[in-house]
Amino acid sequence: MTMPSHAAGAPPHGAPHVAAKAVDWSGSLRDAGFAAFVALLLTVPLVGLRTIDRPTGLGIEARPEEVVASVLLVFFGRLGLGLIGQGLALPVLFLALAAAAVGLAIPLPTQVLRLVLVAGGGIIALRAAFAVTTHRSKLTLAERDRKMDRVAAQVQHATKYIAPVAFIGAVLLPMTPLADRQLLDIGILLLTYIMLGWGLNIVVGLAGLLDLGYVAFYAVGAYSYALLAHYFGLSFWVCLPLAGLLAAFSGVLLGFPVLRLRGDYFAIVTLGFGEIVRIILVNWYQFTGGPNGISGIPRPSFFGLAEFSRTPAEGMAAFHELFGLEFSPLHRIVFMYYLILALALAVNLFTLRIRKLPLGRAWEALREDEIASASLGINRTNMKLAAFAIAAMFGGFAGSFFATRQGFISPESFTFIESAIILAIVVLGGMGSQAGVVVATLLVIGLPEAFRELADYRMLAFGMGMVVIMLWRPRGLLAHRDPTILLHGGKKPATGGAAR
Amino acid sequence: MEYFLQQLINGLSLGAIYGLIAIGYTMVYGIIGMINFAHGEIYMIGSFVALITFLALGALGITWVPLALVVMLAASMLFTSVYGWTVERIAYRPLRNSPRLAPLISAIGMSIFLQNYMQILQGARSKPLQPILPGNLTILDGAVSVSYVRLATIVLTLALMIGFTILINKTSLGRAQRACEQDKKMAGLLGVNVDRIISLTFVMGAALAAVAGMMVLLIYGVIDFYIGFLAGVKSFTAAVLGGVGSLPGAMLGGVVIGLIESFWSGYVGSEWKDVATFTLLVLVLIFRPTGLLGRPEIEKV
Repeated sequence: MTMPSHAAGAPPHGAPHVAAKAVDWSGSLRDAGFAAFVALLLTVPLVGLRTIDRPTGLGIEARPEEVVASVLLVFFGRLGLGLIGQGLALPVLFLALAAAAVGLAIPLPTQVLRLVLVAGGGIIALRAAFAVTTHRSKLTLAERDRKMDRVAAQVQHATKYIAPVAFIGAVLLPMTPLADRQLLDIGILLLTYIMLGWGLNIVVGLAGLLDLGYVAFYAVGAYSYALLAHYFGLSFWVCLPLAGLLAAFSGVLLGFPVLRLRGDYFAIVTLGFGEIVRIILVNWYQFTGGPNGISGIPRPSFFGLAEFSRTPAEGMAAFHELFGLEFSPLHRIVFMYYLILALALAVNLFTLRIRKLPLGRAWEALREDEIASASLGINRTNMKLAAFAIAAMFGGFAGSFFATRQGFISPESFTFIESAIILAIVVLGGMGSQAGVVVATLLVIGLPEAFRELADYRMLAFGMGMVVIMLWRPRGLLAHRDPTILLHGGKKPATGGAAR
Repeated sequence: MEYFLQQLINGLSLGAIYGLIAIGYTMVYGIIGMINFAHGEIYMIGSFVALITFLALGALGITWVPLALVVMLAASMLFTSVYGWTVERIAYRPLRNSPRLAPLISAIGMSIFLQNYMQILQGARSKPLQPILPGNLTILDGAVSVSYVRLATIVLTLALMIGFTILINKTSLGRAQRACEQDKKMAGLLGVNVDRIISLTFVMGAALAAVAGMMVLLIYGVIDFYIGFLAGVKSFTAAVLGGVGSLPGAMLGGVVIGLIESFWSGYVGSEWKDVATFTLLVLVLIFRPTGLLGRPEIEKV
């Protein structure tokens, strides 16, 4: 509330090369006023008026203070950003800090106003502090991109050393005293998504096909195991390869007709396929259990040798007796953890190796330029079909792991949002980057998991985070690719051609 | 026969709604070549704004139905357009020259954001509303009855389509819009403010989606924060079916999908109607990849 009056009297102060320009007050105010007007229109119907359920039907109540607060926040935020851009970073920093301090110290009539002062002041202060320290009002997109490219290149270089460390860390994790049930569960969840991300990376990152229905293969894998176990009593170790095969088969089945389509059409058909699979699972209730799903899916045994229960079934040894250990329910969790770790690493190893084989090279060539590769005699359909089937197979493995870990599956677990999350992991991390998938999974799955208490706001922040990361770095966080193969002494071409 | 006519009218009104949403997809795809994934959410917002306007009018004591409907329509179109404009400004414009996937991911993020935004603000429970426009028109000696709402939907959609076609084909704004669709750079050189035209495209799409949202509220009388996803996917299907970039195609695709859904529910069973829709999409894309009314795309090397 104090910002404009104080700022009006403040002398232009800031980095020398921008201070020379006169500050355009009326322009900044107009700009901020327009932003505030838009905020007003946005918030009046939806934030200002809430529907409430009354016994007599729907009612409505007004929340004018939240509208006023959002409009003020947008106005001063926009004004502050505009002034930072014109070299007034230092005064804005002080005023924003003052506003935040006022919000913290002085009792205010409403909590909303306090939130606005503290949060808004804090964010603007951060932005201003950044501008003051770097003497730059704003990095241009190209500069930021170059900077991030360097970081990504360094990270990729460092992956050689980080990866073994991370691997050893992951292997040793269950043996540390830290490892309780909760941590291992989160570890399993993260590894499942890392595996799915690596699997989808084959289609999206290597072959350059935008697949919006990857979760369908995950579902096929999960239901294959659950149904085979339910109707035929087959064990997990028999079903795992079968689930992979069935998922790969469904990948071929879908891929065959649609792989001729290009770009976005392909994306929308895969989305449709994902929905079809889900609808079939819901509606074919005689076979799949419908919306209620399948429960009581058997847990995996220790490679068919022993079971992880205190009292194993007839003819089976108990794991703790076999190894002479004290019985602990944690054994099964630890085993699951190693199982998904091994599966995920297998996908990673496969991807790293296949890039060097003709198939992988053909994928990357197709991704870069489809027509040129077709002219050089690459069979487009077969190559894409292979990518699709292989990725589907890994999705199927992950799915059957998911089924055996949960013990219960229902179509609810295989909605479009899952596909979107997996795709987001691949794209946010930087397409084609194996390390990027890991980083993005930690961000996308790990962070919300850490803030589970904020249940309602989790997905809100998730959506906003996807937008912000894309704005900040459109090619994905760690998008930096050296070509897998270079001619001797050949010059490296510019990076990132893939993502066109 | 009567049953057939009944389903035909249901299908036409449903198709009109899909068509109105599909126009937003097809125009945005035509001009900047991206799937505006958040468009289904824009339609959901339109529906909610209409509901809230109606409740607010009721709280103010205005219950005269024609006035309420006009105010609902106006408010819903206005506020939803602002949402459409803001989404473009925040999430898509900075990504104009980015890799192709970036705006799509941004749009998916926006869609998730808007869904949860609405869930937090207005609650997750579905919102029932008593019929605002009850009553039926009976024709053929009472064998077929058409509710006024469905009739109004078809008439309003027709009127909007005529107005919209004139807007695109006759006004300078429409000319600029078509010019940008063909060649943004050239249009810019000739003095068209390309950014403004793109913004307006989003605003027009959002306004039409708002009408669809309001009509769904009136026909079915119940909405929730999740309605945008399936309607969005089906409308995009309609846009692809009709040929992406073609306005009459979007409407035709919407009507085809509406009819299929309606007849499938009427004669086969409502459980599998979505499968029928998506199967049709796959078949059309395989045998006629440019859609029913689309121009063939020429692959440039």
